[in-house]
Amino acid sequence: MSSDGIPGPDSEVALRVKAMESLLLEKGLVESSAIDALIDMFENRLGPWNGAQVVARAWTDPEYKAWLLQDGTGAIADMGFDAVQGEDMVVVENTPQVHNIVVCTLCSCFPWATLGLPPVWYKSAPFRSRAASDPRGVLAEFGTEIGADTEVRVWDSNAELRYMVLPERPTGTDGLDAEALAKLVTRDSMIGVTKVAPPD
Amino acid sequence: MNGVHDMGGMHGLGPIKTESDDVVFHEEWEGRTLALARALLAGMHFNLDEFRHAMERIEPSYYLTSSYYERWLEGSITLLLEKGVVSQAEFDARLADLRGETS
Repeated sequence: MSSDGIPGPDSEVALRVKAMESLLLEKGLVESSAIDALIDMFENRLGPWNGAQVVARAWTDPEYKAWLLQDGTGAIADMGFDAVQGEDMVVVENTPQVHNIVVCTLCSCFPWATLGLPPVWYKSAPFRSRAASDPRGVLAEFGTEIGADTEVRVWDSNAELRYMVLPERPTGTDGLDAEALAKLVTRDSMIGVTKVAPPD
Repeated sequence: MNGVHDMGGMHGLGPIKTESDDVVFHEEWEGRTLALARALLAGMHFNLDEFRHAMERIEPSYYLTSSYYERWLEGSITLLLEKGVVSQAEFDARLADLRGETS
């Protein structure tokens, strides 16, 4: 198993999970239905489509945007996305002058309520080790070029406080409503490793 | 604690392997590991700080070569054993059963 490891079906790690789960079930410490419900939540209810709605609303509602940047936790909760790992949220805005990128160098803290679970690369040693020390190099690996006259800011998340990027609204989207705009917003753009691409 | 988990600024850990798809769990056991840990946290069998500390105590060479959910699993098992929720003997016996070994 490597750092991005995908072990086989009969792997030792899968057996260790089964051993733990079966013992906890027998002892009555966890319930099968609760475990299934949690897996369903992480696969189907928490995901970047939530954060995309927050971004689209901020792009179309200046008052909401001001609230979001001043009180991320409250403004996001107003959209109903106040589930786990989003209890204290700070939203940082990308502009032509400033490009923000989010990392968690110590582990993999991530705003689950708005973006879902973190992608594998976010949790990997290469990203965690270099996002703060060489953000422009990291951005280049994602194909994102930031002009020399644009300041790059790196935000290191922690267990209590989690960051999300409000990306720049792309050009050519003046006629789009919030629903259509939300479809353009990607997970990676809300981590700050890419920009939102204009519509095709 | 200045452990291997404190990765900011480390050199030589290689290129970032980006992923274009949005697969949440790459293996079924990953989802079960996450859900079990969340259920144990909710049931107050351990708290989030203990859990993070348990992962930070993972042996450094394993930490660097393990995946995120492998660390969640080992952190959970460590705390269950340390707190006596599950004994090492019963865990080992169950693992042997699942491997098809006769004990």
